[in-house]
Amino acid sequence: MAHDTTVQTAGHDEHHHESPVVFGFWVYLMTDCIIFGSLFAVFAVLRNQFNGGPTGHELFEFGGLGLETALLLISSITYGFGMIAAHKNQISQVIMWLGVTFLLGLGFVGLEVREFAHLIAEGAGPDRSAFLSAFFTLVSTHGLHVSCGLIWILTLMVQLMGTTEIPERMMNKLTCLSLFWHFLDIVWICVFSYVYLASMI
Amino acid sequence: MLGRLSLSALPLDVPIVVGTFIGVCIIGIAVLGLITYYGKWGYLWKEWFTTVDHKRLAVMYIVLALVALARGFADAIMMRTQLALAYAGNPGYLPPHHYDQIFSAHGTIMIFFLAMAFMTGLFNFIVPLQIGARDVAFPFLNNLSFWMTAAAFILVNISLFVGEFSQCGWLAYPPLSETQFSPGVGVDYYIWAIQISGVGTLLTGVNFFVTIVKMRAPGMSWMKMPVFTWTAFCSSILIMVSFPVLTVAVALLGLDRYFGMHFFTNDGGGNQMMYLNLIWAWGHPEVYILVIPAFGVFSEVVPAFSGKPLFGYNTMVYATCSIMVLSFLVWAHHFFTMGAGPDVNAFFGIATMVISIPTGVKLFNWLFTMYKGRIRFHACMYWAVGFMVTFTIGGMTGVMMAIPGSDFVLHNSLFLIAHFHNVIIGGVYFGYVCGMNFWAPKVLGFKLNEAWGKRAFWFWLVGFYFAFMPLYVLGFEGMTRRMNHYDNPAWYPWMLVAEVGAVLILLGIACQLTQLYVSIRDCNLPENRDVSGDPWNGRTLEWSTSSPPPVYNFAIVPHVHSIDAFMHDKENGIDTRQAGAQYQAIHMPKNTVAGIAAGLFALIFGFAAVWYIWWLAVVGLVGVIATVIARSANKDVDFYIPAEEVARIENEHTRKLMAQAAE
Repeated sequence: MAHDTTVQTAGHDEHHHESPVVFGFWVYLMTDCIIFGSLFAVFAVLRNQFNGGPTGHELFEFGGLGLETALLLISSITYGFGMIAAHKNQISQVIMWLGVTFLLGLGFVGLEVREFAHLIAEGAGPDRSAFLSAFFTLVSTHGLHVSCGLIWILTLMVQLMGTTEIPERMMNKLTCLSLFWHFLDIVWICVFSYVYLASMI
Repeated sequence: MLGRLSLSALPLDVPIVVGTFIGVCIIGIAVLGLITYYGKWGYLWKEWFTTVDHKRLAVMYIVLALVALARGFADAIMMRTQLALAYAGNPGYLPPHHYDQIFSAHGTIMIFFLAMAFMTGLFNFIVPLQIGARDVAFPFLNNLSFWMTAAAFILVNISLFVGEFSQCGWLAYPPLSETQFSPGVGVDYYIWAIQISGVGTLLTGVNFFVTIVKMRAPGMSWMKMPVFTWTAFCSSILIMVSFPVLTVAVALLGLDRYFGMHFFTNDGGGNQMMYLNLIWAWGHPEVYILVIPAFGVFSEVVPAFSGKPLFGYNTMVYATCSIMVLSFLVWAHHFFTMGAGPDVNAFFGIATMVISIPTGVKLFNWLFTMYKGRIRFHACMYWAVGFMVTFTIGGMTGVMMAIPGSDFVLHNSLFLIAHFHNVIIGGVYFGYVCGMNFWAPKVLGFKLNEAWGKRAFWFWLVGFYFAFMPLYVLGFEGMTRRMNHYDNPAWYPWMLVAEVGAVLILLGIACQLTQLYVSIRDCNLPENRDVSGDPWNGRTLEWSTSSPPPVYNFAIVPHVHSIDAFMHDKENGIDTRQAGAQYQAIHMPKNTVAGIAAGLFALIFGFAAVWYIWWLAVVGLVGVIATVIARSANKDVDFYIPAEEVARIENEHTRKLMAQAAE
């Protein structure tokens, strides 16, 4: 939500402030980081509370997980290409790369939903044990963030269509989304190693 | 269609609630009728509800806080009256089901909607003016934050008449707050009110952090920043670090309740103490979020009314920052009885006691500021001195409870209730009211009536001691908190004294309302009007503007040369305003309906989620997202105030200043 900031109100006289939007969004992301940090801490407390139910070792499979991870990491690269195009003011290129990023992100969310559906069908849903509650909450909070990112990408694609140049406000939005998207990648790497890998080993 | 909402949700069988409902309806219809009669809807909508001006938002926050005070205090005096009656077989007039809702609502409202809203109001008004900025970094987010807070407060008040409120205390500890033991809607009202207001608070924290980092006037280095701005800065950092933890704790409780998860349940591997750790990892910083800005208020008021610069500016800044850091290292002192063992308890006990050192530094700084000063005992100084005495007592009882051994005896007794009211009323509330009296001329253009201000102070001060000193005694005698009735004859006289105290505080609030009424009635008297913009011989930049300040605050952004920038300019004959200079057009943000729309959708979402009306919840959620997207697509968000208009406003103020000087 914080991406939607308005114009700065600094004066046009001798002291001109640079836009605080990107810095502000970065600060907001750090508060988001604390949300994830808390969820990781909760997972750490509850990771062995299986309540007689399945353990991570029994549930997690590497195949789909590897594909998910690959999709998300590649989407970060494609977003980066989009930013390069944006700096060159090549709008059709930007829209194209945003579209590719969107599809990769959608693939990630789709795979995650499939994994969740599979687990729930097996009787390993979030209400089965404290471990599974913590697992589902942490992973789906990340998934929810990616989904918000997808809505955001679509919004910016629509806003970019038919324009001929990228004004400062749009560049700020693209930069904020870029920060958001890479941040989610970093969080995923932590989820991947701490939640999945550490349970599978 | 309506989830679990039905006519039986209306508490028609509780006469107190029905009476309140009728009263609220009458007052509400009267207010709405008056607004319609005077044709003020357009004015309210254009100038207030959709405004992005930090000064207007500040006033709305403080109005919200005062309404919350009325509601929260009504709860308080009902509890006191119940305990003055419910003794030796008399059940009193409040059955436990109702009484438990009242103490839960009292705590929730006083912290989240009185204290937080009042604090945010003060931030909004003063910080941009003190740092020589024209607005906050994100004016639209500021408006959105307000409406989120307001929506959450409305949600809490809806619970009074539709359904019930939480009966689990202001922090909703599990397992009591789990579905198994609280199947009703009360805890769900609590959860959604906290989450919605939490969005507002978090955005406020980010907003003020960025404003202070990025938008200070040229020359204002970190160590030239006014102390109130420093405290707002530290408080914003605490908000950004701690509120996400609250969001997580309450969200997990919600997941337990809505999806049958097992974070804090008795079965399934849940862990209740994890909730206590999470909630207090937010909760302890939270009390410092509230009290640090109050320290900032006193650091502005005491120098202004002592005619001296603040004693030990540097130590004040370092003390504030160290309190900020230490506030994260003490959360376990809220549950020494958890059984974490002597090592953990000793660490948290000592860390807690260490906080009294920087706090003591501050206290001595204020005392030395007054020492050999030319003190004017204005109503503001009454609150400040009353604070110093009262807060010190509260701090010392805090250190007593920081000793794990004595905490085992005092834990959850009325001693604790006395302690935290001692620091929150004596520190936070006295501070904010002091600030309100101090900055009111800047906000309104006229001074608040001093005689009524002093009367309010005396009733509050004396009332506080009558209401809470008995609770210390009762705590030692073993009376626990949240009791609905009791049969120990030794407690009864003390409860009567506490009731007297509550009545005195009621008179204090009545004096405050009278003060507002009399001040507004007499606002045009020459001795009340603040023409100069500097009624107290102030030291910081906000006093260099007209009262109330123009919408752009500063026509020419001031240059800062020393800590007390405005006092430095006055002493050296520099015109901070640079009146008569070449004015330029000023770039300003436009009003927006997006904030109030998003707040309304959030309210709809919260209400629907409480009652399991899922289609309506989807409408609310989609509404919030659509509002934000629509706002992001809106290109018409700013405008310029033409240079001639700026010149006209500034010259008008200069003319008034000259006329006053000529008299």
